[in-house]
Amino acid sequence: MDKLRSACLDQLRFGVRVARSGAAILPVLALALCLSFTRPAHAMKIQEIKSPGGIEAWLVEAHENPLLALKFSFEGGNAQDPAGKDGVANFLTAMLDEGAGDLTSSDFQEQMETLAMRMSYEDSRDAFYGNFETLTQNRDEAVKLLKLAITKPRFDADAVERIRSQLLANLVYADRSPDKVAAREWFATAFAGHVYARPSQGTEATVGAITSADLEAFRKRTFARSNLKVVAVGDISPEQLGKLLDDVFGDLPANPDLVPVPMTTPVAGTEKRITMDVPQSVAVFGLPAMARKDPDFMPAFVINHLVGGGGFASRLMEEVRERRGLAYSVYSYLQPFRHTSILMGSVATRADAINQSLDVIRAELKQVAEEGPKPEEFENAKKYLIGSYALRFDTNAKIASQLLGLLEDDFGPEYIENRNKMIEAITLDDAKRVAKRLLAPENLIITIVGQPATAAAASDKKG
Amino acid sequence: MMNFPGVLRLLTWTLTLMLAISPSQAQPRTSEFKLANGLQVVVIPDHRAPVVTHMIWYKVGAADEPKGVSGIAHFLEHLMFKSTEKIPIGEFSKIVARLGGQDNAFTGHDVTSYFQRIAKERLETVMEMEADRMVNLRLTEKEVLTERDVILEERRSRIENNPAAIMDEQMNATLYYSHPYGIPVIGWEHEMAKLSPHDALTFYKHFYAPNNAVLIVAGDVTAEEVRALAEKTYGAVPSNPAVDKSRNRPSDPPQRAARRVEYSDPRAGKASFHRDYVVPSYMTAKPGEAEALDLLMKIAADGATSRLYKRLVVEEKIASSAGGSYQGSSLDYGTINLYAIAANAGDLPKVEASIDKVLGELRDNGVTEAELKRARSSYIADYIYENDDQASLARRYGWGLAVGRTVAQIEGWPDALSKVTVDDIKRAAATYLDVRRSVTGYLTPSAENDAARAPELPAPKSRS
Repeated sequence: MDKLRSACLDQLRFGVRVARSGAAILPVLALALCLSFTRPAHAMKIQEIKSPGGIEAWLVEAHENPLLALKFSFEGGNAQDPAGKDGVANFLTAMLDEGAGDLTSSDFQEQMETLAMRMSYEDSRDAFYGNFETLTQNRDEAVKLLKLAITKPRFDADAVERIRSQLLANLVYADRSPDKVAAREWFATAFAGHVYARPSQGTEATVGAITSADLEAFRKRTFARSNLKVVAVGDISPEQLGKLLDDVFGDLPANPDLVPVPMTTPVAGTEKRITMDVPQSVAVFGLPAMARKDPDFMPAFVINHLVGGGGFASRLMEEVRERRGLAYSVYSYLQPFRHTSILMGSVATRADAINQSLDVIRAELKQVAEEGPKPEEFENAKKYLIGSYALRFDTNAKIASQLLGLLEDDFGPEYIENRNKMIEAITLDDAKRVAKRLLAPENLIITIVGQPATAAAASDKKG
Repeated sequence: MMNFPGVLRLLTWTLTLMLAISPSQAQPRTSEFKLANGLQVVVIPDHRAPVVTHMIWYKVGAADEPKGVSGIAHFLEHLMFKSTEKIPIGEFSKIVARLGGQDNAFTGHDVTSYFQRIAKERLETVMEMEADRMVNLRLTEKEVLTERDVILEERRSRIENNPAAIMDEQMNATLYYSHPYGIPVIGWEHEMAKLSPHDALTFYKHFYAPNNAVLIVAGDVTAEEVRALAEKTYGAVPSNPAVDKSRNRPSDPPQRAARRVEYSDPRAGKASFHRDYVVPSYMTAKPGEAEALDLLMKIAADGATSRLYKRLVVEEKIASSAGGSYQGSSLDYGTINLYAIAANAGDLPKVEASIDKVLGELRDNGVTEAELKRARSSYIADYIYENDDQASLARRYGWGLAVGRTVAQIEGWPDALSKVTVDDIKRAAATYLDVRRSVTGYLTPSAENDAARAPELPAPKSRS
């Protein structure tokens, strides 16, 4: 049950090796990188497949290793959690390997292990994701389990209670993790009144009240063919994939029953301080950003890179960490959701200096907004983004993630050919114009979790 | 009865599957050679994408630090990104980024590693840069002191803000009597706060040299290409006969008494049980013993099919999660680690008794053939999955070689696993699941005042 092992205990592993820049921020970076999809296409051919039953998918055949990676998503996600049932989608991610069809939880898990297959689920605000990997020799049997998981999960009472107690334990840990509280409160503040404000993992009260009927209802409403996107990468032919798609997804209803989610914009210019007795304060900051299909999105992507998305090549790292030693980790990323878009970032600094870190961050944002990026840092950001694109496509699993992102955003395979040209074509004037639009410091939404003394000092200083 | 068809299917699948997964298909094609200056090189070709992973591994880590300067190995790793005669201050990572590459580094008790992932045409450049900083590092007082603040913040992020990490540190310090694995890699805060440029450069000169390093290049390259580039770049760095390769750490006396650590923290969340045992590592175990420990712990404690999870979480419901593993990749000692999160705060003694019962059964009766087969094929499958990822392969070989294993031993692991019998596992359990080798930890939440805890529901927003 790795997926449910608390973040708290995962943290133990960090003691084994200590890296120069945070392992903890890598998933976030990966998410940000998902936004620019690209690769030199010479080695990768994307086939657009339609199964005999009419299910579409993208396929990249790769026969070097006897492995298949399948990634899929159902549009919907935890924004579809019914009112008062926050955390249903998240609960469901943990229940799909807890027994299905005739197999109880322990039978199902033993079979998964016997087949050496990997199957996991995760939810985001806007979609429910499935990750499936198998060895070629066990593919047929593994696919049967995949199908059972998606179409006939059992939700047996003892399994539901077991997972509930793990989810509740995770909430207890999350409540005491300054990073998690800061992020959760950021969404609650920025999207007050919208479904994005709700805690995606639920609360003690909502998770406590979720029933197996709620789980099954959510599955039935949101798992359908018309909101399904699938990518396969690995050792499989188009014909074999067509059969697999019909086997696994063919029995799902044609259409989901989704509640419409309105577009929203974060409530800009708010600041919230939360008291927690920790030696290091954590701040999450964010701004409204451009939608994925906004023509200014790509310039914003370059701007974010040079401000806080580019690790040691970014301004925030240079000013907060390298020059002043105020933090180990400081970063930002662009995150377009389906119904809004934001630039988000985070910094962690000892309690008595968190305000200094935030002042430095504000000053950098203001400077880039007013003066635009320096020509050299702008060119360097473009060079990195163009030069590093192939690194996102060097494993089957990574290729599948990249392509799924494209499919979800309704781009065609040609995007991959064009993407670097789009970045190349962005001018310094574009960047200056978009920086002004994106980085207005007065729009900053900030949540700070830490000791109260810090908060008081900050309020005084800010008047 | 409803489950019958499923169970029957399982049995037939099991048979076909076990015959099918064989260790031989698990191997990438590697080449190994050594430069005249003593640098060991391993090349792992993977031509699917035009990129490479370039890693240099130094055979030195936190356990090689002199007394009183804990954290210096990791601090030096940070400082390696500062400057040389050729690389201006703070430019190393920026140059890599301009070339479209990603870089990072990490430190363990036994190894220190630096890596770049980059387009293959840029390989020579990063090899030049890495060879350059192997011996030409320059440090100024000011940048060292600023970076020292960074590692102190890193310690706050990783340890001080996290009660489970504090607990882990306390248990490790108790587990070893004399051996430096008891000192945290990141260092003790009071010693970190005094680290100097002199400490860093002394450590650097003592340990960083081609004859104390391993180079791994994985990706879209051939062994011939890497050999030519390595000769041209690293080959120009002279071997250093004075480098300290002894790895002569103080060893521990026999472990003779079970120890206990209790730590209470308002931020601890749930009450949790922890236990660590000192056992042999792959480097110190008798042939087959470490493999037996790996299989034992997979069966005992890895995931939802494990004995521990089934007993404590599924059947007795006294824990919300439970698990553990064998960590055998270190140089001097391995460990067995177990944990469980108690369902109710007062249940820790009950959790401990139940875990001891599961372990007792393993010692007395061993594991079944079916469990062994499933665990073995699961490991071999993991090994095959890893072939999809050149960066993982580079880590597998780099870590192994840096602690002194050979390519043959690393690649022989699936075969060695296949030779382990249920008797071997029973013997390993009987020998090493001995509570006298262990530290047991209780991490419990202490009373927290309301202000110390975050609100369950978002409070009304305030404008500044």
